[in-house]
Amino acid sequence: MNGEFALVLPEILMAAGAMILLMFGVYGGEEKQRNTVTWAAAGLMLLVAAIVATRGGAEATAFGGAFVDDGFARFTKVVILLSSALMLLVGQGYLDRRGILRFEYPVLIVLATLGMMMMVSAGGLIALYMGLELQSLALYVIAAFNRDSARSTEAGLKYFVLGALSSGMLLYGASLVYGYTGSTSFSTIGAVIAAEGVSLGLTFGLVFICAGLAFKISAVPFHMWTPDVYEGAPTPVTAFFATAPKVAAGALFARALFDGFGNAVAEWQQILVFVSIASMFLGSIAAIGQTNLKRLLAYSSIGHMGFALVGLAAGTQAGAESLLTYLVIYVIMNIGTFAFVLSMERDGQPVVQVSDLAGLAETRPAQALALAVLMFSLAGIPPMVGFFAKFFVFKAAVDAGLVALAVAGAVASVIGAYYYLNIVRVMYLSPADRPLDIRTSMIGQGALGLSALAMAAGWLPVFDGFGLTEMAAAAAQSLLR
Amino acid sequence: MMSNLLSIITFLPLLGALVLVLFLRGSDAASDLNARRVALLVTTLTFLLSLAVFSGFDPEAPGFQFVEEGAWIAGLTYRMGVDGLSLPFVMLTTFFFPLTILASWNVEHRVKEYMAAFLMLETLIIGVFTSLDLVLFYLFFEGGLIPMFLIIGIWGGKERIYAAFKFFLYTLLGSLLMLVAMIYMYFDAQTTDITRLLTHQFEYGTIELMGWQIVGGAQTLMWLAFFASFAVKMPMWPVHTWLPDAHVQAPTAGSVILAAILLKMGGYGFLRFSLPMFPVASEIMQDFVFFLSVVAIVYTSLVALMQEDIKKLIAYSSVAHMGFVTMGIFAANQQGVDGAMFQMISHGFISGALFLCVGVIYDRMHTREIAAYGGLANRMPVYATVMMLFTMANVGLPGTSGFVGEFLTMAGTFQVSTWAAFGAATGVILSAAYALWLYRRVVFGDLIKQSLQTIADMDRREIAVMAPLVFFTILLGVYPSLAIDLFSPAVESLLEGVRTAQSAADAVQLALK
Repeated sequence: MNGEFALVLPEILMAAGAMILLMFGVYGGEEKQRNTVTWAAAGLMLLVAAIVATRGGAEATAFGGAFVDDGFARFTKVVILLSSALMLLVGQGYLDRRGILRFEYPVLIVLATLGMMMMVSAGGLIALYMGLELQSLALYVIAAFNRDSARSTEAGLKYFVLGALSSGMLLYGASLVYGYTGSTSFSTIGAVIAAEGVSLGLTFGLVFICAGLAFKISAVPFHMWTPDVYEGAPTPVTAFFATAPKVAAGALFARALFDGFGNAVAEWQQILVFVSIASMFLGSIAAIGQTNLKRLLAYSSIGHMGFALVGLAAGTQAGAESLLTYLVIYVIMNIGTFAFVLSMERDGQPVVQVSDLAGLAETRPAQALALAVLMFSLAGIPPMVGFFAKFFVFKAAVDAGLVALAVAGAVASVIGAYYYLNIVRVMYLSPADRPLDIRTSMIGQGALGLSALAMAAGWLPVFDGFGLTEMAAAAAQSLLR
Repeated sequence: MMSNLLSIITFLPLLGALVLVLFLRGSDAASDLNARRVALLVTTLTFLLSLAVFSGFDPEAPGFQFVEEGAWIAGLTYRMGVDGLSLPFVMLTTFFFPLTILASWNVEHRVKEYMAAFLMLETLIIGVFTSLDLVLFYLFFEGGLIPMFLIIGIWGGKERIYAAFKFFLYTLLGSLLMLVAMIYMYFDAQTTDITRLLTHQFEYGTIELMGWQIVGGAQTLMWLAFFASFAVKMPMWPVHTWLPDAHVQAPTAGSVILAAILLKMGGYGFLRFSLPMFPVASEIMQDFVFFLSVVAIVYTSLVALMQEDIKKLIAYSSVAHMGFVTMGIFAANQQGVDGAMFQMISHGFISGALFLCVGVIYDRMHTREIAAYGGLANRMPVYATVMMLFTMANVGLPGTSGFVGEFLTMAGTFQVSTWAAFGAATGVILSAAYALWLYRRVVFGDLIKQSLQTIADMDRREIAVMAPLVFFTILLGVYPSLAIDLFSPAVESLLEGVRTAQSAADAVQLALK
């Protein structure tokens, strides 16, 4: 086989798999197929994850440098694939009970995941845009997946319009960069900057690219879509939004800035410092007033992306490493949290108010404990692993001389701690007036239990942090070469 | 001897908590009793093991003892050890926990979780005193907030939710600023090893920040960040306001742990970090600390006078007594620091006992209003005697441990600042006023109140809880060397390092002029 095609084998497998599943769904008969397709899609993603994980080797490029396969790409791809597969299976029962589990859903998830894989492997602006759009188009559709619900359709439309706007900004930035450097390839852009410095037009292009990417990871001031989309979309879709796409966009951000603009750190550092401070504070403060759990988690994700960007703002290898570590830990926490949110029901209807959790500690002590652990971890209270995530990004920031940024992050996490604690309060300190029905599958329970366990016990020397920091370090190293 | 004794002591209670959570099923009376028994067993065992450390500890030997070191996750290091400054607090902690478990034998609400929370808290508190690595220290220091939040929030009084949140967020803000300073320390010294940081000289050249001249430079900034954390924990005026709320709302055992041990984490932090690591900044900030301490002593004593809730009164008196501690620490001489250490240990016994005293009558009458009591001496002679002793100790009567600590800190401060010592001494008078007045209103007088006619004296369990506290309060009062010999050599070497660093800085200043 041609070497270049061998390099993109995982992506080819994903694309071919998505097509086969689509055909199977369309021609294979109706109702019974949807569960089969879901399982097959999850299986496909796990298989591809295994292929990517077992591939070693040095950095290699294909198609004229547009596609990069290095440690960084492989690391993030495995994380993306695993979390996509998991969220697909965790959400399956919920969709099935609502009668909206159609075979298109897993197919779209596979396509979105394929887009994310392209994003983290992008070696230039064209490939970046292609991956991003493949992902986004699939996500627009699944946001509106519950097509009989006005909220869901509204969410999809809102996401689409704002997403298109941000894609436009990104494209405009890319065209400026192309105009001033004469290339769309990250390595050439980097070389031009190293040789000629940063011109004004290039800075302009960089700002627009950052704006477009900030939209994708829902960082302030491009966060407005997040609460509405999180609230309106069906919960499994929200859960998916909160996990894999965040990793992909964060990694893409790092890829573009380090690979393409690695010699212009001073230019983008101030943008990121502003964006991360604004995200941390807005995420923390706006979440306080939320009564809807999905909305609250939307603001929580805005805040967390702010913290993750603190690592990126450092602009160093330690910073990239802390960004990856942060994203992975954040995804693990969110998988557990959403596995729980998906199981919340009363009288056969899903409920998502914070007040619905009242007295959970009395009626469901095990689930309440697991969720409490996750909340403390999200708040970043030691000894939960969420603390280490914050610790590493702050460390990277201080190392890069951004002490003020670290102080701002510290203050923001105190404010943010309030609403996580509030959830613990509702569960443990409020009486149960109407107990919640918990409908969950083995996978859902496993996801909640394991993620809580990982957060509560990951710091013990026996687990050695599950080797996460070493892998993240290797990935970050390959990004910066 | 076992080489990882400290780790065993630290993590044994956590193991007990896990056993309770994972293996104890059911919520009937029998399983509640089992939970109590497991908790008592584990805490007692921890205490016995800590006695082994105590007997194997040599106060005269320099540096840390029982040191353990190993790789932790993500390139961090696991490092433990005790010296003369931390061992007394380890002992105080392991000593108090069995007593608090006994004191909360009557808790009926979610007993298993209650005991598990206390066991978890014990691990985290001991860890604070035994860890010798910044990150490890921080992990224990802030982790303690979680069980304490739950203890106040679930088993507390009427306003428990407000109190729990206030406690948590107040302390969290301070701690996170400390975290940033810790990260900065790591980049300055390239190590998180506390033993090596103790000998590291941090920058103290004046720097300019946003138009402000910062005398003492990075040292002052880091000192302030640590101060934000420890001053809240201590608590010092004006960031003490969480304490009365937390104390009043916490269950008796929670108040005891809070007063006897948790507050000491602030003082320990000052002695472990602020004073030896930022000696120049400590000198610059000395007057500032004296001012805050004296205000705390005088002002909170006055506030205590006007309280109508017994627990609140004792809480304010705790703030005042902690004022002596901060004053003594930053006087930075042998008497002052010895006095501060002694005052912390003694206050642990006395305030713990006072809260237990309140618990005794609260369990019977379910009110903490001073006005609801009066004439208890008539029906509760044993209680009246015990409470008398601790009231006197709280006032600082010679012969009780309270006197030694206050006297030493004031003697130490007098050598540095006459005015601060003068101000503190007026506080002693005020403390006599509020404590004796409280005693008079609760215990003396005629037994007029109908509700008190049938009140029973302390039972055997309550006496068993109080007896060791009475013993130690008097023992340390008449033979203070018992404790002072334990930490004095460590204080001496600490102060020597501080003086060396300060005179070196002065020499540099002189050369510049």
